[in-house]
Amino acid sequence: MSAARHVAVVLLILLAAVPAVANAADMGFAISLATRIMIYAIAALSLDLILGYGAMVSFGHAAFVGIGAYAVGIASAHDVWDATLTFPIAIAAAGLFALLTGAISLRTRGVYFIMITLAFGQMAYFTASSLSDYGGDDGLTMWGRSEVFGASPFEDDTVFYYVVLGCLAACFLFARALVGSRFGRVIAGVRESRLRMQAVGFNPYAYQLVAYVIAGMMAGLAGALMANHSEFVSPSTMSWQRSGDLIIMVVLGGMGTLHGAVLGAIAYLMLEEVLSHFTEHWRVIFGPMLILIVLYARGGLGRLIGGGRRDG
Amino acid sequence: MTATLVAVQVLNGLQFGVLLFLVAAGLTLVFGVMDFINLAHGVQYMLGAYLAVTFYGLTGNFFAALVLALLAALVFGLLLEFLVFRHLYDRDHLDQVLATFGVILFLNEGVRIVWGSSPLSYPMPVMLSGVIPLMDGFGYPVYRVAMILAGLATAMLLWVLVTRTRVGMLVRAGASNPRMVAALGVDIRRLFMIVFGFGAMLAGFAGVMAGPILSVEPGMGDGVLILAFVVIVIGGIGSIRGAFVAALIIGLVDTLGRSFMTDIFKAMMAPAAANQVGPAVASMLIYLLMAGVLFFRPSGLFPATGR
Repeated sequence: MSAARHVAVVLLILLAAVPAVANAADMGFAISLATRIMIYAIAALSLDLILGYGAMVSFGHAAFVGIGAYAVGIASAHDVWDATLTFPIAIAAAGLFALLTGAISLRTRGVYFIMITLAFGQMAYFTASSLSDYGGDDGLTMWGRSEVFGASPFEDDTVFYYVVLGCLAACFLFARALVGSRFGRVIAGVRESRLRMQAVGFNPYAYQLVAYVIAGMMAGLAGALMANHSEFVSPSTMSWQRSGDLIIMVVLGGMGTLHGAVLGAIAYLMLEEVLSHFTEHWRVIFGPMLILIVLYARGGLGRLIGGGRRDG
Repeated sequence: MTATLVAVQVLNGLQFGVLLFLVAAGLTLVFGVMDFINLAHGVQYMLGAYLAVTFYGLTGNFFAALVLALLAALVFGLLLEFLVFRHLYDRDHLDQVLATFGVILFLNEGVRIVWGSSPLSYPMPVMLSGVIPLMDGFGYPVYRVAMILAGLATAMLLWVLVTRTRVGMLVRAGASNPRMVAALGVDIRRLFMIVFGFGAMLAGFAGVMAGPILSVEPGMGDGVLILAFVVIVIGGIGSIRGAFVAALIIGLVDTLGRSFMTDIFKAMMAPAAANQVGPAVASMLIYLLMAGVLFFRPSGLFPATGR
């Protein structure tokens, strides 16, 4: 318990210090990179809720992120800019998609679930690609960031950084509370033994579906932030490779630890940043690394740093 | 929308379905026998096409390139099995997904380094490059007909292999109860290798055949892989028969949907709206079909028994 909490607090302090350090060292790009990392961390965190705690291997998680991003992007194309309106729409849209697809996907187990979530993710991807009014394949450029009651605080990169950090912290605390609650115990119980949970009188399907929708909504928030960060939305946000990236982050950081998802996002995106300095073909290096990690280093960074207990 | 146009699109759908079947067959066999989810199956399809590009460059003959590419695809599949996949058989599905995802990242980027990013191509054989005349001046390429026939022949061959030979018997037994098969003294590791190599070769075959009509480029296997997943999920994982039926259904539904959905919507709504809605619905069609099948039959149309 305490080790994991220390990791989370240290992470928070380090992240909070990034803009000051970056400005002092005249490395403005670091703020943008760290913002991107934190947005992915929110998405990875939401995936960890269902993948790590619920053993639901969702291979279409990027679709929720993309739907959140598209909600903000499409609203901006219709000249609706206010975040107090667009963010709830983004979260609700992602949640609705999670409800519809989850209701079907969760009827299946194991490898069927993996493939079906993958297929639904692709469905979202191809649908976005065919929205010719909103850029189609090329994506949709937003001419600015969301506003709050007519003001534009997000335009300042440092302010936006702290908004994203606040969202990450809020999501983390929410996820931690959820995992510790009775609801979270039931989800983890279904992971361990579905049959026993049924025997005790729980309905695993309903609990898993609610968890799936919550994770989808959280990923939708990440998408809304992502659209604001890059001021651009494109179908590639939803591609299955992005879903794979999110799974890698969660596993790399250590499943079912929450802070592991954040560590995983940091590790993966920093690795990408560093490797792509050496060669544009950085995936040729990362692919074999990933295979070796799977074969020989299970458990991930979170276990390494945050202690061994699954419940943290 | 003439009858000829419909006939052409039906043929295109069949040809696409046959291609999907070749990829899905290996995937469903590997999953059925080994309980192994192989995301890298799509890059094996891509590799088949790239190998054909190289061998065509060396020999200048399509059929020689086909044979050499198949052999190379087989060798490569066995190499991958030896280096990576055999260490994953007793791991859970998540580990398999991640490790084979690593293989995809490596190979997609690898072909980019070796062959470059721009699309490549090689010509179809001269004897298959003609056009079969249909009515109204429309024609249908001989090569696509040959693809359909080659795919059907392969399906027949697979059916004979799986239902009439000793190896096929072991494969079927392995699909329903691998532990029992191992307990009865069958070298299950070798059986795995045979199935795996064969699956890799089938995917490579599909890639070689697709080369002349689609562009050969990095990532070309990814889309096919996901469609093959849809196929085996609808057909029932582990079932060759299911994969065949589902592949043809998916090929037809996808092709016909893309060709005619916009026109169908135009009959119901304003043309401008139909131009928006038609393509969107067409691209969702097969996934909706999959959702529908799974809603009523969660283990597919032809579930493999004993699992």
